[in-house]
Amino acid sequence: MQLDATVAAGAVEERIAVASNWTLIWWRFRRHRLALFSAGVLICLYIVVLCPDFFATQDPQQTDARQAFIPTQPLHLFDGGWNPWVPAIVGKRNPITLRMEWTTDPSRKTHIEFFTHGQPYRVLGLFTTSIHLIGATDPAQRIFLLGSDRLGRDQWSRIMHGTQTSMTVGLVAVTLSVILGVVLGGISGYFGGIIDQVIQRLIELLQSVPTIPVWLALSAALPRDWTPTQVFLAITVILSLVGWTTLGREVRGRFLALREEDFVLAARLAGCGRMRIILRHMMPTFLSHIIATSSLAIPVAIISETSLSFLGLGIRPPAISWGVLLQEAQNIQTLALAPWLLIPGLVVIVAVLAFNLVGDGLRDASDPYSH
Amino acid sequence: MTRYITHRLLLLPLLLLVYSFVIFVIIQAPPGDFLTSYVATLSASGTSISAEQIQALRHQYGLDQPFVVQYLYWLRELLHGNFGLSLEYRRPNADLIGEQLGLTVALAVMSFVLTWIIAVPAGIYSATHQRSVVDHVLTVINYIGVATPNFMLALILMWIAFAYFGISITGLYSPEYTDAPWSMAKFVNLLEHIWLPALVIGIAGTARLTRIMRANLLDELNKPYVVTARAKGLREWRLVLRYPARLALNPLVSTIGWYLPQLFSGSLIVATVMNLPNIGPLLLRALINQDMYLAGAILLIYSFLTIVGTLLSDIALAMMDPRIRMGM
Amino acid sequence: MPLTHTATEPLLSVRGLHVAFRMDEGTVHAVDGVSFDVHPGQVVGIVGESGCGKSVTTRAVLQLIDPPGRIAGGEILYRQGDAFIDLARQSPRSRLMRDLRGADIALIPQEPMVAFSPVHTVGAQIVEALMLHERLSRNAARDRTVELFRDVGISMAETRIDAYSWQLSGGLRQRAMIAMALSCKPRLLIADEPTTAIDVTTQAQILALLRDLKQKYQTAIIFITHDLGVIAQMANFVVVMYLGRVMEEGPVDDIFHAPKHPYTKALLRSIPSLQTEARTVLPAISGTLPHPFNRPSGCPFHPRCTDMVPGRCTTLVPALRALGPRQAVSCFLHGSEAEPA
Repeated sequence: MQLDATVAAGAVEERIAVASNWTLIWWRFRRHRLALFSAGVLICLYIVVLCPDFFATQDPQQTDARQAFIPTQPLHLFDGGWNPWVPAIVGKRNPITLRMEWTTDPSRKTHIEFFTHGQPYRVLGLFTTSIHLIGATDPAQRIFLLGSDRLGRDQWSRIMHGTQTSMTVGLVAVTLSVILGVVLGGISGYFGGIIDQVIQRLIELLQSVPTIPVWLALSAALPRDWTPTQVFLAITVILSLVGWTTLGREVRGRFLALREEDFVLAARLAGCGRMRIILRHMMPTFLSHIIATSSLAIPVAIISETSLSFLGLGIRPPAISWGVLLQEAQNIQTLALAPWLLIPGLVVIVAVLAFNLVGDGLRDASDPYSH
Repeated sequence: MTRYITHRLLLLPLLLLVYSFVIFVIIQAPPGDFLTSYVATLSASGTSISAEQIQALRHQYGLDQPFVVQYLYWLRELLHGNFGLSLEYRRPNADLIGEQLGLTVALAVMSFVLTWIIAVPAGIYSATHQRSVVDHVLTVINYIGVATPNFMLALILMWIAFAYFGISITGLYSPEYTDAPWSMAKFVNLLEHIWLPALVIGIAGTARLTRIMRANLLDELNKPYVVTARAKGLREWRLVLRYPARLALNPLVSTIGWYLPQLFSGSLIVATVMNLPNIGPLLLRALINQDMYLAGAILLIYSFLTIVGTLLSDIALAMMDPRIRMGM
Repeated sequence: MPLTHTATEPLLSVRGLHVAFRMDEGTVHAVDGVSFDVHPGQVVGIVGESGCGKSVTTRAVLQLIDPPGRIAGGEILYRQGDAFIDLARQSPRSRLMRDLRGADIALIPQEPMVAFSPVHTVGAQIVEALMLHERLSRNAARDRTVELFRDVGISMAETRIDAYSWQLSGGLRQRAMIAMALSCKPRLLIADEPTTAIDVTTQAQILALLRDLKQKYQTAIIFITHDLGVIAQMANFVVVMYLGRVMEEGPVDDIFHAPKHPYTKALLRSIPSLQTEARTVLPAISGTLPHPFNRPSGCPFHPRCTDMVPGRCTTLVPALRALGPRQAVSCFLHGSEAEPA
């Protein structure tokens, strides 16, 4: 009995001993339930990024002034058996304001289908299809799962496309920051001396500036006639201009500490070249840490993009991002009339929350000294 | 200590010089110069202006000079306290900023104070009651606090107040005080209104600081000097406040350096949404209307405020931590 | 060294103390049935390898065990006047424990380097204890602290009390620590490896200082160390611990000259002495200390014991058995009974 337990313990120890660092990190990460769940949420969001049209029910730019401010049409799956439907919309003109006021009428059902045919679109520029995840049985019928805005555009479809932009901005901006941070931080930490001093002062300078005003000024300087893609790229560059500093600092700190480590000395004595020492010996020891830190930087970039676009100086319409969508919610009278315009904000919160939880989980899991 | 402060004070003009140059580069970046927009504004209002007049103005403002010379002109005017004229408002920039600077700083300070008086006790409680219900609740609130963009929070609060209570929570005064001269009543009215936007601006910072305080204190609580203090027979709460909490506070003071810029960034957005008298919305308008000298002046003020704030925090840290004070 | 106290009542009597740490991976029995007495004015040395539970035992006396650890059983009887109070039953935050700590029972912690708060002056941290327990005014407490500093041999006491701990050398720090521990004239002093972190020369001075102060203040001392040489210099009575259990205890002469337990013998063999030939290999205790979650069954020492009796030592736990008036051993080779399972 006792012997069995000892053998079992030994087996566990052996399993740990031969596992690679990445396997260990995965084992530790797996234990954080919330982080694991959040990782699932992020995967879902990035699937939307790959192909927002599949999830959209209609063209996100399609306007119809007669269908402004339609409330949400909640999705029902059953109607005495599997038969998905949404309540129909009934409009009535307000005799005083002369405005159309819409309500949902659950007694009148608009039937919908999954994997239905709708507007054709291209998938990743590879092929064209017209299959959508969800759509009304009658293709001429527009449905508004999350309501419509003041121009009668479908918010659900717009959020799908906004997800693509905002999640990509976060990812690209952080990738740029990581490249800048690792290169400059690495140079600073590995070479030291004057170069280190210059880079450190630069980091301090950049970190002591209020970011939003400077970002605003920089994006205000972008030419008005740029295409949405150009603006998108410029915004990511602007965001990463400050974003790299945190990572740069950390990488530098790691390099400084590692320079003194025996295994680096050993590698040098064995005649390894500088690049080989950096890439083969030093980088692997803090790669996991960089990944964790970057996953914590993505939500910061997302919030920044959202804020800039919300203020009208980020991603510009007709391009769609979460911040652009939230611009519709700026007016409090409008909000009182159409509170569903705040839904893109909830999506932002969920995404940022998920990134933070995954990032924290990764950071804990990547620390080899944590228990 | 004195040497350290003097050193930092001497560095201040140098830093401002660097900032002013960077800012000038940024405000000069948009295509065209400020005369182009001026002419455009004039012609939009129906006034025409001849090519010679433009040339004369160009010369007068030094716009026909090379970039560096233009910068030096600008710098010379700044040193004389001349921030230039706003195109849009047709008034000196210094006046425009001056009107709102006081309230901008007041809002930031208020936000800062609220952040600290919430975050420090919450962090201490969380750390000393690790894994308690309150600790878990605070952790959840913190995650949500960090994840919610502050303009979003402002929007939600404004919407709830308007839709369910029929009140407007924008502005810093009740309508009757907006243009009233300063009085005790106006000040009280300001205090009644300022805490909500201050809280909204500070919410993410509060969440972050609470987490930092909690983590710091948990670290400190395991230090041997805590055992020493306990073995002395001190009351637990007194011991925690006197030793580990005091030490956990030091790294928190050094976060002021990055927290202040964040505070100003936040106040810009929240002030825009909640329609507060603040240089943030002024900057936004200036940028959208390409009123670049006004924008430049505001950016410079932001930099100045952060530098001064960071300096104050460094001095506070040196006063609190003898290891830093005597290491100088 | 004559034993002068046998007739007196003990100041502290630890009976069958159990301390357990409940963790996710399982429960660690850090202290597993430890008993010993401390008499007034006597020095009890507790020896053992790191992790044998010697520090935890003394922390239990002060009720200073951090969660997830707790006292799971046994008694810690502390004499106050004619009565004994059981410290094991007191709440760690109770008034009684707070009044005892620092005033009646004081602690000299392991690492003087980090045992003082770095942002408070050393003096302030001692003044605090004096104001708390002796109800002195700040000025009176300050004067007392200066006196104490002189007592423990700190020169320039008036200026040194306003120093921060990191401005003092290791030896001075430990002296200041001793001054703090003695500030309220405790009846029992717990010195937890007070010289481990200090260089050898200073170590000798600190030990001499502790011996002098013991005479002067008539304080009983529990002296924890893994260094038998220090025990020989300091202690009247020795407790040898291994994996949370007492292997052997007795007067210092008996332990050094007539050790009974194989572990004690092995420990003594591994001390270098002046007679040892140069370049001889010191006998080390074979094997390694087992992991706390992997305690061996039977006698905890059996996997490393050279005289182990298969069957008996591997399955049954030997109880502590009195050999003489004060010496006791827990080993089947010396007639220990098996402990009830």
